[in-house]
Amino acid sequence: MKVLDSLRFRMATLFQRSRMNAEMEEELGSHIQHRADDLERSGLSRAEAERRARIEFGGYVKYKEESHEAVGSNFIGSLLQDVRFSLRVLRKSPGFTITAVLTLALAIGANAVVFSIMNAFILRPLNVPHSESLYAIFHQPDNDAHESYPDYRDLRQRTRSFEDVMAYNIGQVGLDTGANPSQVWIEEASENYFDALGLQPYLGRFFHDSDQHGANSAPFIVLTYAFWQSHFQADPGVVGRVVQLNRHPFTIIGIAQPEFHGTLLFFNPDFFTPLVDDPELGGDGLDKRGNRWIFMVMGHLKPGVTQAQAIADLNSTGSYLERTYPKDEPKMTFTLNRPSLYGDYVGRPARQFLTGLLLLAGLILLAACANLGSLFAARAADRSREVALRLALGSSRKRILRGLFTEAMLIALAGGAVGLFGSVALLHGLSAWRPISRWPLQLSVNPDASVYLAALLLALVSGILFGAVPVRQVLRTNPYEMVKAGTSGIIAGSSRRRVTLRDLLLVVQIAICAVLVTASMVAVRGLARSLHKDFGFDVQNTMLVSTDLGMAGYSGDRVPAMQKRVVEAVETIPGVISVGLADTVPLGDGATDSNVFTDDRSDLRPSNAVADPVIYKVSPEYFQAAGTALLSGRTFTWHDDHNAPRVAIVNRPFATKVFGSAANAIGRSFRMPDGTRIQVIGMTEDGKYTSLTDDSQPAMFFPILQSPTPSTCLVVRSKRDPRPLESALRTTLRQIDSALPVYIETRYKGLDAMLFGPRMATIALGVLGGMGAMLSLTGIFGMAAYSVSKRLRELGIRMALGAQRKEVLRAALGRPLKLLAFGSGAGLILGVLASRVLALIVDQATPRDPLVLAGVVLAMSLLGLLATWIPAQRALSIDPMILLREE
Amino acid sequence: MSDQAQLLPGTLDLLILRAVSLGPLHGYGILLRIGQISGNALLIEQGALYPGLFRLVRQGLLKASWGTSENNRRAKFYELTAPGRKRLREETDSWNRLAVAIAAALSQQPEEV
Repeated sequence: MKVLDSLRFRMATLFQRSRMNAEMEEELGSHIQHRADDLERSGLSRAEAERRARIEFGGYVKYKEESHEAVGSNFIGSLLQDVRFSLRVLRKSPGFTITAVLTLALAIGANAVVFSIMNAFILRPLNVPHSESLYAIFHQPDNDAHESYPDYRDLRQRTRSFEDVMAYNIGQVGLDTGANPSQVWIEEASENYFDALGLQPYLGRFFHDSDQHGANSAPFIVLTYAFWQSHFQADPGVVGRVVQLNRHPFTIIGIAQPEFHGTLLFFNPDFFTPLVDDPELGGDGLDKRGNRWIFMVMGHLKPGVTQAQAIADLNSTGSYLERTYPKDEPKMTFTLNRPSLYGDYVGRPARQFLTGLLLLAGLILLAACANLGSLFAARAADRSREVALRLALGSSRKRILRGLFTEAMLIALAGGAVGLFGSVALLHGLSAWRPISRWPLQLSVNPDASVYLAALLLALVSGILFGAVPVRQVLRTNPYEMVKAGTSGIIAGSSRRRVTLRDLLLVVQIAICAVLVTASMVAVRGLARSLHKDFGFDVQNTMLVSTDLGMAGYSGDRVPAMQKRVVEAVETIPGVISVGLADTVPLGDGATDSNVFTDDRSDLRPSNAVADPVIYKVSPEYFQAAGTALLSGRTFTWHDDHNAPRVAIVNRPFATKVFGSAANAIGRSFRMPDGTRIQVIGMTEDGKYTSLTDDSQPAMFFPILQSPTPSTCLVVRSKRDPRPLESALRTTLRQIDSALPVYIETRYKGLDAMLFGPRMATIALGVLGGMGAMLSLTGIFGMAAYSVSKRLRELGIRMALGAQRKEVLRAALGRPLKLLAFGSGAGLILGVLASRVLALIVDQATPRDPLVLAGVVLAMSLLGLLATWIPAQRALSIDPMILLREE
Repeated sequence: MSDQAQLLPGTLDLLILRAVSLGPLHGYGILLRIGQISGNALLIEQGALYPGLFRLVRQGLLKASWGTSENNRRAKFYELTAPGRKRLREETDSWNRLAVAIAAALSQQPEEV
């Protein structure tokens, strides 16, 4: 409101000004008419009288201007004048203007993006009522929020510190609405979830506490707004409709508000179902106290209850549970933390990462300001004659400075606008982006008012910062000296110090740029290499078909039979070479692991375990289809089933770790935690299982018939093009069971989750490297341009005295190039050192790579060439004769 | 015109106040009145009057209103306000003291120093 009022006031003075202007015209005109009347009376013709009167009046425009000033200078009016003048000046040097605007746009855009992400994740509270008192309950010391259902019930009933205690779990189910069964992500929420959060439905109703009467008693679905839009075309009639979840009927009872998508910021489920229906959706842990499958338990603290009181309350419930159920309960001590980023588990690294990014973005902005400052200084030096002339003609220094500041502000605002525009586009893209296609991870980072405000503020502050650089120069301009001595008069001696702050800043910038360029090249090379190295399976010509037979209602003995049918059907598809079956694949999701013990161990406590290998349950053809080499022994057969002795195939690290050497592993046995003896019948090569940086991770493969699971992943090896193969696979599977939801992707795409970190690191480094390069470019350009214009006269004299082009260039550009070389060298060394850290994220990242070193040197030289090109041209095109005559 | 004196800075305002103190006048009238009371001894460029007039109005020493002149033309008339009258008295006193002092100083003969 205040802003509006002030605007109205400004507009009013603006109108007043035009009225005043008319009045002033009339008054001065009246004066001239009166004078002309007198002159006419003395005998002149009217026309002659008016002419004389006008001459006698003196400088009409000048007096009008002065009168305006006497009335009180009008801020907006003279501002508009300044703006018009500045626009004219800026239009005359488009190169400078574009460079400046782009530099600032990059810097402000970077800040706006980082600030938006920070705003979305950390500054903006969770979008539910009273989010300030909402806390998740975390176990200590493992800092984990998982809970078993009975424990959740007890925590809810026995603690008094919370308004209510709610819980939710994340899961994937098969949704069948009559056509096109699909795998969807859901949140199984406790029945009091929506009520305890204080939410209202957008349409229909939510489920409530009163809806549930034990397991599977409330088969209801509450859709998220987004899923309602995308899968039900926003049809309001969908409320009341019955759909199939894992082959069980569920009724859609309501739709949540558009802005609500659960309480975990980056996870967007498709819909919500009651927690008690978990058994129908494939869970088996509703009554098992030791099975901590619920993802998170949380609640609003009662008013006046402190965190410490609530924790004490929880801990007393915890110790009761420990005493009552000693068999099931480990230590039950608790802490509270924010639910939105899973407490500190995601929250702390996210905060640290974003703070680091914000700091970096701030530095980029600062460096951009410094560079623009030196660009402006160079410009002011170029224009010192104009400034001196204006001063000599009676312009005030204040007015000239205001002009310069107006230019700076215009550039700042333009840069801010362009930067903001770019960042909004980027953020929209980022908000819609699902980095790992099979997970509903989404970062809603659309900018809000505070982002726009921050960008505006940054633009204004940076405008003031770099606008202030040439101030001293103008203040010290002495018009008489200037007109007498020419351009070099005033600025000679302005930076005679050996190393100025500006030099240092530039070296630091160049060094940072070189570090980033080095790091991004190392990352790109590392990423490229890690994609082409040996994973222990073949990425090429492989498709993955994942499904869960439980989603189509299969259980018990029907599961292996169905799996066999599916494999046999897929094998008949033309072009398919081999089909392997596994519960999940290496570098995929959800591989389990288990402690194993040497055969002679009888005390099977966890501390006595010899290894903790990952487990894959696979069919006999899996190894051939996956392209995993069997080093010795045999593969499974379809006769390795329940009736046969338990067998396993292990990888080489398993063999060396458990049996001492790879050579004598075949035929030996090991034990599982439950005492089962398993004989090793084969050994495979080493591989990557849980992450790309895995090193000699032990793994074991069980025959899928000896440990059946509805979780099904087909590894299809084929020479065919992925796209037609995918549709052939879909058709074949639909013929077998049209209600089976499947997810098909190439083996390469399946690595998305694993490559997410390295890819992000590479992209981030690339973007930052680009920005660093841009900044160094303007920095060197600014300094070189300044250096050339400062010494234009000296260079001209040198040339007149017979200096060679090379010498002139050395004199003009020696300093910036020396700084470039120094900064690049320092940056390269730092970059090589920093790559060790990088190797933790990007596998195979090594700076000892001639291509990287050459690339960095080339990039930095190119940068130098580009930045000094225009100033060098200018220095070389000096015509000593013209210069000496003019100056 | 060559025997006309340049105005000292700041004296134009005083002259305007004095001219207007004898009755409301429009701009051209003020100029004529200054010529009349100074015996046409002062050189004032006509336009230079107006920045001074606007300044005095802004300072609240004069007030202005539109009216019709003796030539039957629309013109803006200025008259003194109470603060204007007070300022005129003060400025007149201080000018007189200054003039007396300067005159005294300039009329001293060398032997009297």
